[in-house]
Amino acid sequence: MNTVPWLTILLIVPAAGAVVVAALPRRHATLAKQLTLAITLAVLVLAVLATFAYDPDKAGFQFGQSYDWISTFGISYSVGADGISLVLMLLAALLVPVVVLSSWDEVDGGGAGGGRIPAPTATPDATGGTPGGSAGGPGPAGDVGEIGAAGEIGGVGGVGGIGGVGGGSGGTAVALAAPAPAPARPATVPPVETRGEAETHGRRSVPAFFALLLALEAGMIGVFAATDVFLFYVFFEAMLIPMYFLIGSYGPVTEQAQRSYAAVKFLVYSLLGGLLMLAAVIGLYVVSADNLGHGTFDFATLRQMEITPGVQKLLFLGFFVAFAIKAPLFPFHTWLPDAGAQSPTGGAVLLVGVLDKVGTFGLIRYCIPLFPDAADYFAPMVLGLAVVGIFYGALLAIGQRDMKRLVAYTSLAHFGFIALGLFAFTSQAGTGAVLYMVNHGLSTGLLFLVVGFLVTRRGTRDVGAYGGLAKVTPVLAGVFLIAGLSSLALPGTNSFVSEFLVLVGTFTANKPLAIVATCGIVLAAVYVLYLYQRTMTGPVVHEENRVLHDLGLREKIVVAPMVALIVALGVYPKPLLDIIRPTVTATYADIGKSDPAPTHPAAAHPGAAHPGAAHPGAAHPGATHPVATQPGGHS
Amino acid sequence: MRVDPVLLAATEPGGHPIHYAAASGVFSLSWLLIVLPLAGAAVLLLGGRRTDRVGHIIGTLAAGASFVLGLVLFATLLGRDGDDRALSQHLYSWIPVNGFQVDAGLLVDQLSIVFVLLITGVGTLIHIYSIGYMAHDPARRKFFAYMNLFLASMLLLVLGNNFLSLYAGWELVGLSSYLLIKFWEDRPAAATAANKAFYMNRVGDVGLALAIMFMFATVGSTSYADVFGAAAAGVIGYGTLTAIALLLLLGACGKSGQFPLQSWLPDAMEGPTPISALIHAATMVTAGVYLIVRTGPIFDGTQAARTVVVIIGAATILIGCIIGCAYDDIKKVLAYSTVSQIGYMFLAVGLGPAGYALGIMHLLAHGFFKAGLFLGAGSVIHAMDDDQDLRRYGGLWRYMPITWVTFGLGYLAIIGFPGLSGFFTKDRIIETAFDKGGTSGYLLGSIALLGAGITAFYMTRLFLMTFHGKPRWSAEGPDARHPHEAPVSMTGPMIVLAVGSVFAGGLFVLGHSLQDWLEPVAGEGVEGVHTFSPLVLTLLTLVVTAGGFAGAYLRYQLRPVESVARPDAEVSLVTFAARHDLFANTFNETVAMRPGQYLTRFLVWLDLVGIDGLVRGSAAAIGGLSGRMRRLQTGFVRSYALSMLGGAVLVVGALLLVRAG
Repeated sequence: MNTVPWLTILLIVPAAGAVVVAALPRRHATLAKQLTLAITLAVLVLAVLATFAYDPDKAGFQFGQSYDWISTFGISYSVGADGISLVLMLLAALLVPVVVLSSWDEVDGGGAGGGRIPAPTATPDATGGTPGGSAGGPGPAGDVGEIGAAGEIGGVGGVGGIGGVGGGSGGTAVALAAPAPAPARPATVPPVETRGEAETHGRRSVPAFFALLLALEAGMIGVFAATDVFLFYVFFEAMLIPMYFLIGSYGPVTEQAQRSYAAVKFLVYSLLGGLLMLAAVIGLYVVSADNLGHGTFDFATLRQMEITPGVQKLLFLGFFVAFAIKAPLFPFHTWLPDAGAQSPTGGAVLLVGVLDKVGTFGLIRYCIPLFPDAADYFAPMVLGLAVVGIFYGALLAIGQRDMKRLVAYTSLAHFGFIALGLFAFTSQAGTGAVLYMVNHGLSTGLLFLVVGFLVTRRGTRDVGAYGGLAKVTPVLAGVFLIAGLSSLALPGTNSFVSEFLVLVGTFTANKPLAIVATCGIVLAAVYVLYLYQRTMTGPVVHEENRVLHDLGLREKIVVAPMVALIVALGVYPKPLLDIIRPTVTATYADIGKSDPAPTHPAAAHPGAAHPGAAHPGAAHPGATHPVATQPGGHS
Repeated sequence: MRVDPVLLAATEPGGHPIHYAAASGVFSLSWLLIVLPLAGAAVLLLGGRRTDRVGHIIGTLAAGASFVLGLVLFATLLGRDGDDRALSQHLYSWIPVNGFQVDAGLLVDQLSIVFVLLITGVGTLIHIYSIGYMAHDPARRKFFAYMNLFLASMLLLVLGNNFLSLYAGWELVGLSSYLLIKFWEDRPAAATAANKAFYMNRVGDVGLALAIMFMFATVGSTSYADVFGAAAAGVIGYGTLTAIALLLLLGACGKSGQFPLQSWLPDAMEGPTPISALIHAATMVTAGVYLIVRTGPIFDGTQAARTVVVIIGAATILIGCIIGCAYDDIKKVLAYSTVSQIGYMFLAVGLGPAGYALGIMHLLAHGFFKAGLFLGAGSVIHAMDDDQDLRRYGGLWRYMPITWVTFGLGYLAIIGFPGLSGFFTKDRIIETAFDKGGTSGYLLGSIALLGAGITAFYMTRLFLMTFHGKPRWSAEGPDARHPHEAPVSMTGPMIVLAVGSVFAGGLFVLGHSLQDWLEPVAGEGVEGVHTFSPLVLTLLTLVVTAGGFAGAYLRYQLRPVESVARPDAEVSLVTFAARHDLFANTFNETVAMRPGQYLTRFLVWLDLVGIDGLVRGSAAAIGGLSGRMRRLQTGFVRSYALSMLGGAVLVVGALLLVRAG
């Protein structure tokens, strides 16, 4: 099966889907949804098949493909999967259909989820939405009326502003395929008083929304699959665009100024990081040209290259800052709460669930193996920031009243754990950190989904508007609790495995740091249960909460796979660990890091007559453990 | 499963090697002990309202089936040689990452099977009791689901054959406890109490987690066999061993409500009374005692840690007793009584191998009488329309004779009436404390003795105020009460537990039966030199107990009891302090909660104004953010491309400079 170009297929299907869905006229909202769901489910199936085809014990990249792209600069279309990127692609492939289904009614405000805004009745839009065409295209004056309308849904008069982005979104999906800078001018629309029109044409484009999701999926898969550093950079930046529009155009209807602010902030932060990374990427190219005689962006080649420590430090920082913003790590995080709060629910799930993982993925894929000396040099700083982030994120989460911001801050704490694990340089901590990336996608994804359900029902993110819902919506409350328990890493849920691995792996390398980080688990309990207490327990204080309905069938279908995976991966994480472990082990072995040996190994004490029987389960095949890391072999 | 025993290198101080044979035959079904109640919980939670009508039956059957299986395993163990009663079952590889190999595995041995019987036995009784107690609660199904979940978690805790399985059970019982404390979650007090319990337990869990990390860093394994083997072989340094032991102790204190983490347990009484009986008296809160006995090979190697255990035990005995005298809420008194009785157990197990079996013995006896007392209290509370105030009880013996008798037997057992459970088990702890010798022995023995006296006082006070004296309630008027005996489903379990309260202690102590049974795990208690002869000490204890009884009798039987407690301003300083939990909550609030709140508020402000502000400021300065972009009409991507290029040029220039220089 290894001859199948899995990654290219995984990339093309959603990208092509994005084009097709974007091309649908606005009135075919349902068709757009169904088509998107089918495509994303197909991607999921393909990703699962690819996982089965993947051989975890083989070193190096698998499913590799390479074609010259811009040969003058040694840039190629090169993709490949290792254990780390594979599980993250799998996560992306899983979350997108979940998000599609959860966003079913969110954009057009129809169906069960509506009720907050008296949504205008469905009006087939005459202008249509051909990608790159007049309506979908970015910004010609002909759009103004419609764009103004998009901005008018909330009844806020007189500010066109970011509403213009809504019109541009249709075309963006296409812009993605050829990442040439399209002259998008999101903020150039003069304020137009179009209240009357808002009531008739005021719906946001449904096909564009789903096309954006598909484009985002393609971007996410591409960024994990790329094995050419420049290609990685291209995907890294390309992902921003659909996300930007998701926030700017599909965030809370009534908070136009805030969501515009959040979208721009997200973009500027990311661009700033991307700029630094681009500089580093070019720097890498220059160094490779210097060292090898011909410049290259090929990851495997660059990895073998010796770089002088001083240059390593500079390049490391270029990549690191980009990833630290993306992840984000303290103190590069301030865009996240805004973006998390202003995204539509589905956008927030993908933003925090997958997009942010690109940052932590970049740390272990690029920063550590490409610049090992610099990684060593900066490790204390990263570890420090990580631990600060664990507490800072947790305390800020406790202090939030906005539920989406709260969840965003919990992620800051979780990213602290991930960074801690990556830079502890032991195979346990590293494997735990990568598993943490997947688990965090599930647990925080579910948390965002449930919060989204609440917000859809009640129309506000303010914790104070809730209370006592466990009686009114017991299933919703139960799912909320399960998501929360996963977030606080309770044993039996997925996150426990990853968090404990991070901590125990860090402990063997750096006791004080691990001890401090472990104390963070108390705060995790506080932010989760305090949120649950305020929203779900106590008497129902607001009358309007008495009539909220519990999860509907569609919502149950959305959360069911997440809940099932949260429990299943807590009880039996071995399949994922078996994929992740070899790659992580090889990564650290390549830079000369091996796990500290126990000070008094059990097998070594005098009484151990049968070293093979050191485990009660000695009869099982797993009893012979590869204790040390296998050196090299990863090229 | 293969039958050939896997010899493990663990060696007890006594020199007996432990054989963890591979589980075979009926023991290969050990996993069912956990899975039965777990399946019960899953069916009830996933089945939703469809299972409302049969929920209590499914739940009770699941618990009962687990109990029956436990009995079968116990009987089979009895039939095996004393040295061959530890059976380890490997289930599957749970968390395998190179050197860190954690298996899901179970260990059925003398210690864990005793706990299995206690948990499933008392558990089943309380399931039956709850059928009646929760009959009118619309969420009864959920209640049974959570109770089943608790049983599964607790069984995982005691049956795991490695520390990570134990940790999983440890945190999951915390979850079950949380779910059940806030069972009536529309009451804010219940929700708050549940959160408090979880937070404080998590503080303890940090200790347990760190202990496990220490073990892995030291031994390279988290399995009991490897860790205990290394500890017993003496290869772990004293400092490391002490650190591990103290961290384990922190975990034990959290779960068992011991000083300084005791204050969540009384609040946990917000949960339905059957829960107070099962989780917050008989089983979960004794997990700390289990942990210390289980990790005996570690504590055996560190006198320092052991000293801390006895100090905590002794301090908690007094704290529990003193506060127990001051409360008027029947469940709070019983809760503090639990705190103090577990203090006795800690004291016992802190005394080393001599005390391990005694601690377990008192734990089992306590499981019977305290569960019985709580169920009796539940019966009273039920009869008095959910009023829990002792001052509005009185003279109830006439109306609820079965409750009176069964509660009375539990009461006599806890104060150590000759021949009943507590008499045997508590006396032996006091005796062993004195036998420790030296000043510390006298001190500990005296505290234990004093505790026995105060226990007699507050329990007599509670018993008399509830069942005797003039009624302080009325059968008429707006606050009319119509006390009545509970239905059979409730009195049945109370009777069974009362029988246990009477006979369990004697059964365990006489003929050394339990001590001999536990010896392969707990080690052999060396018969030390007696400070006092057992007879003298028994008489002394009886005198002190009688003193406590007399004090309460004079005060609460011979003199009328006010139906309203005197206000704080009129009571003595000691009473005032006791009423306020010896200021434990005030302390927690001042030291942890308030500063935490201020810090949180400060950080929220800082993040908004400071860090974000800084970034926004600099962003604005470089012309990045805000409305200026809009006016510039440049469009993002274009300006971005430009700045990209600019940055790239800068860096390439820098690189060239580096190379040139």
